[in-house]
Amino acid sequence: MKTIKPLILALSLTFVSLNGLAAGKKAHLDHANTDIMDTASLQNGAKLFMNYCSGCHAISFMRYNRIGEDLGLSDEMIKENLMFAGSKTGENITTAMPEGAASSWFGGVPPDLSLVARSKGTDWIYTYLRSFYEDESRIFGVNNKVLVNASMPDALWSLREAQSEAEFDNSVRDITNFLDYVGEPAKLIRLQLGKWVLLFLGVLFVLVYMLKKEYWKDVKYGVWRRRD
Amino acid sequence: MKNNQSWIDKRFPLSKVWNEHLAEYYTPRNFNFWYFFGGLAILMLGMQFLTGIFLTMHYKPDSANAFASVEYIMRDVEWGWLVRYLHSTGASAFFVVIYLHMYRALLYGSYKGPRELLWILGMVLYIALMAEAFFGYVLPWGQMSFWGAQVIISLFGSVPVIGPDLLVWLLGDYAVGDAALNRFFSLHVIALPLILVVLVFLHLVALHHVGSNNPDGIEIKENKDKDGIPKDGIPFHPYFTIKDSMVVVGFLWLLCAVIFYAPALNGYFLEYANFVEANPLKTPEHIAPLWYLTPFYSVLRAIPPLFGSQFPGVLAMGAALLIFFALPWLDRSPVKSIRYRSSIYKWALGIFVVSFIMLGWLGVQPVTPVNALLARIFTALYFAFFILMPWYTSIGKTKEVPARVTE
Repeated sequence: MKTIKPLILALSLTFVSLNGLAAGKKAHLDHANTDIMDTASLQNGAKLFMNYCSGCHAISFMRYNRIGEDLGLSDEMIKENLMFAGSKTGENITTAMPEGAASSWFGGVPPDLSLVARSKGTDWIYTYLRSFYEDESRIFGVNNKVLVNASMPDALWSLREAQSEAEFDNSVRDITNFLDYVGEPAKLIRLQLGKWVLLFLGVLFVLVYMLKKEYWKDVKYGVWRRRD
Repeated sequence: MKNNQSWIDKRFPLSKVWNEHLAEYYTPRNFNFWYFFGGLAILMLGMQFLTGIFLTMHYKPDSANAFASVEYIMRDVEWGWLVRYLHSTGASAFFVVIYLHMYRALLYGSYKGPRELLWILGMVLYIALMAEAFFGYVLPWGQMSFWGAQVIISLFGSVPVIGPDLLVWLLGDYAVGDAALNRFFSLHVIALPLILVVLVFLHLVALHHVGSNNPDGIEIKENKDKDGIPKDGIPFHPYFTIKDSMVVVGFLWLLCAVIFYAPALNGYFLEYANFVEANPLKTPEHIAPLWYLTPFYSVLRAIPPLFGSQFPGVLAMGAALLIFFALPWLDRSPVKSIRYRSSIYKWALGIFVVSFIMLGWLGVQPVTPVNALLARIFTALYFAFFILMPWYTSIGKTKEVPARVTE
């Protein structure tokens, strides 16, 4: 047991340092509290994303019909509600905005958001989208507390005006949830499958442990001690 | 069955190998927790090969397509996400196993005679594995892949006189780019795996020649019965094959818990910035290698430049690695195991472990004056463990080593 102590000390030091990495980020971020297993939230997030975001932002690693498959939407529903550009549901979700025009309008091409939830995290997206404030010195008349001098307009302003604060927070949460799903569609199956894998390995462990105990009876009481 | 066996044995020493290395290979019966990790390292090597083969089928070693091909694996390839996580999270798990395996050698003096060559082969393996991990980390061609490669490769550029030419020769270009990605891919999937396999084979040959050490640090071969079998030895098969099977299942449970519930482990196993495609025009705010290389990265950063050259830091980092090779000759203690060592050795080892972990932690932190000072202190302590070893292992009272292994 004595020899395990340095290891425990080592591990606890490592976990103290886990907080260190997160502390590197500057602005305070609100907790997004998304639930990727909430299909209704993902569906609403998909609808809001396609209406408010996809005009400028592509999620080009994602296919329309993959969303349909994962969120329980038929090809017809996808075509009617989510597809504004492109014609086949197997296509990747790109944006109709020409790159050259984007550069002259915004000073840069709006980033592809396929992996934004993985690089920035859900808390960042959730806080960023809710942190626009009026600033006449900026070209679109708004600035952002999380990403200072963001060159993005407050794309959700009409939604904010139409909804109460709580409703708006929920809408942003759904968009964030959807982007989390877009960042890693396999997360849906990963989380579902995980418990079965661990259960299987847990049961297998008990069986192999019992087998090991049976074999090692020899070592404890049997032939291998009688050598003396 | 018997007939077939003798047919084969006449032509290939199957039974002989089976007996010498499994059924009649005698292993100390007092192995504890710390002896799980050699077998697990083999498991991880096998898993990296298996998953790597499937990843290679879908990955594109091309700076224009590499990043997207990894996402293609994560999304469009059947079970690609699982294979990729097993490989990427598996790499970190591999290093967890290797570090615990090496720590075991420090605890029980497994590097001491007659196991010096076994230790040296293991150290060569460790360095080859770090190179393998580094090349593999570049392949997804994210921001950290690119800038990490930039930092590590620039170390070669700091070599006096030949540095700049060496850099161009290594990269096949003036900067990290498509040429570098292609050769790193080749090294990652062919050259280093071949070297690793050969080294593992040699490591095992050396191990089976001298036999395993054990938590008491007693040579079981010095105590044999009339049949020439070590009294404290038990056959590797079936006892340790079944025990290691149990360990493998337990380990897979832990590995799967991480893979299914936190495959990126808060940015420690897959860094956030690596989900952004490599962009040579945009340096990330903070560049750090993955956790298993950071202790050495800290040593590098701890040494200030001399005459405007970073080379002293590079030398110190190299020394921090190479000094492990001298361990068998630095240790003057008459006993092997920590159980019978002097208390001064226990303190030294404790301080070394804390230094190593703190250096690792500092390696992922941004450089601040306080961090730089801490890195220097822990670098000094790190080297003191080795340099002062001949002194502190020859003083202090060791306990008497029993004649036979204890329970």
